[in-house]
Amino acid sequence: MARPDRATTEKYARMVARHAPRPPLLRNVLGAFLVGGAICAVGQLVLGLLLARGLPLKEATTPTSTIMIVLGALLTGLGVYDEVSKRGGMGAALPITGFANSIAAPAMEFRREGLVLGVGARLFTIAGPVIVFAVAAALVVAGFRMLVTGGAGN
Amino acid sequence: MATRRKGQTLFFAGPPTILATAAVVGPREGAGPLAGWFDVVKPDRLLGQKSWELAESKMAEEAVDVALAKAGLQRREIDVLLAGDLLNQIIASSFVARSLDIPYVGLYGACSTMAEAVALGAVLVDGGYADRVCALSSSHHDTAERQYRYPVEFGSQRPPTAQWTATAAGAAVVGPPGAGRVGITHATLGRVVDWGRKDPFDMGSAMAPAAADTIAAHFRDTGRSPEDYDLVVTGDLAAVGHPLTHDLLKERGLDLEGRFVDCGRMLYDETQDAHAGASGCGCSAAVFCGYLMRNLVEGRFKRVLLVATGALHSPTSTQQGETIPCVAHAIAVEGGS
Amino acid sequence: MSAATALTPVAILWAFVVGGLFCVAAQLVVDLGRLNPAYVMVLFVVLGAVASGLGLYEPLIARAGAGASIPLPAFGHALVQGMLKGAAQSGFTGLLGGGLAATATALTAAILMGLLMAVVTRPKG
Repeated sequence: MARPDRATTEKYARMVARHAPRPPLLRNVLGAFLVGGAICAVGQLVLGLLLARGLPLKEATTPTSTIMIVLGALLTGLGVYDEVSKRGGMGAALPITGFANSIAAPAMEFRREGLVLGVGARLFTIAGPVIVFAVAAALVVAGFRMLVTGGAGN
Repeated sequence: MATRRKGQTLFFAGPPTILATAAVVGPREGAGPLAGWFDVVKPDRLLGQKSWELAESKMAEEAVDVALAKAGLQRREIDVLLAGDLLNQIIASSFVARSLDIPYVGLYGACSTMAEAVALGAVLVDGGYADRVCALSSSHHDTAERQYRYPVEFGSQRPPTAQWTATAAGAAVVGPPGAGRVGITHATLGRVVDWGRKDPFDMGSAMAPAAADTIAAHFRDTGRSPEDYDLVVTGDLAAVGHPLTHDLLKERGLDLEGRFVDCGRMLYDETQDAHAGASGCGCSAAVFCGYLMRNLVEGRFKRVLLVATGALHSPTSTQQGETIPCVAHAIAVEGGS
Repeated sequence: MSAATALTPVAILWAFVVGGLFCVAAQLVVDLGRLNPAYVMVLFVVLGAVASGLGLYEPLIARAGAGASIPLPAFGHALVQGMLKGAAQSGFTGLLGGGLAATATALTAAILMGLLMAVVTRPKG
């Protein structure tokens, strides 16, 4: 049967599910915890050093993020970040270093298509959705909060 | 007059033969379980080229040249080049054709291309339209990743069903009866089979029904049974798709126990982090042109059925939520011609 | 959190644990929910924005430091807080502009680093 009926495809889906290898959940979760935790611990060191220079907490988070972005991009350039991510999974993708990796990786990859149409156009192929929906969601949340409380944040 | 076609299967009278083959692979493939069975193992995947795509073309070109050298032929003695790969507009093959300067027919069968190319080569020779045809197929890990999935330096975790696209190329020179030691006796052309699978990171389960469909058609059309073959080899069903095809065939009364293997499962071992196994046109091409053909020529295998499988989706179709249509083409080859 | 408390072993441990747990949650959603990581990242950044709007995220940063300010939800938080600050200063246009204004440094750094890596390095595959 080239295009079987629903009953057959559903039966086949169950067959596939029986054969399907499970992701190594425990190993992935442990990897995510350790890698994500380590990256945040490094971030904490950076934050602490910035606080020691007299910056208040609210002003120190931005340069901390910036430094972590630089680190993430450098590790991507060195070809190391993808190795970290193999073991760390979301532990490497969720921190802001992962965001930097998602920008630096396509930039490097599409250099061959030129700086403008390759690098420039593809810089945000992976990070784009995050920025777009973060801004949209933030607008809804902030707008809503403004209407409800009429005030600024905390 | 002898049967020329029954159902989906073409019967070659000659039979046309395979004069020589060559397999050129990358370092990971050359370090796997089939190390030593390939003609050339390259030291890296870029080969000093400006892009991954040019590197793939270079490997494919080398496969052709090595095969021609083994057959004692010059480039200009080849009447037609039948070639395909995974890239958009099959550009790797077009660039090879430009270098070789041979009349060129581009093919797209995804990972089933090698069998498709050899089958059509046999048709041209058996039909008297060509004396010497070169069948070629290639794939490259990095060209496939940047086109189908993510940039190579992007940190993403591949699921256990994912396959590793082989960096490999295989070329086969097809000629008249008697010119080579291995004959192509039959080709079963597959039809597109789609059993509703959508995940591009699990191509094995998408292709399994197509493989089963073509294998069943082959046995039905030829009247043969699994015992007539030393091996039935699928292209790249890998660890997920291969057992599924086995079970689907069992449901149809075909038991391939003991003689059913898969190129995707043979190319890498557990330590090479290939998850479910290898994929890509180059997988079946290199395993056939290297390992299988050498064993056929040297008499260790007498009769082999190669069933190369292809997932015919595009990055656009999967993003649009479409299911993955698949195809499998089979060639029956026999040593001692 | 101050300079005195940020560099203590306890603070670093808190950052490790909270950051690790954020990532564990994301990993579970990917593996159990069988979702594409890209969707999960969008989900988490949106949740960060929501938590920020509810006034929950800033206290989390005060307690867990980088454990909360490094994972992606913090980006959603920074956008919301920036928008609210902008709104307080200049009404609706401030609301619209405040988010990206607050995260401009990070985004600019990302763009520049991406460009730099593209020019200076080659993908290794």
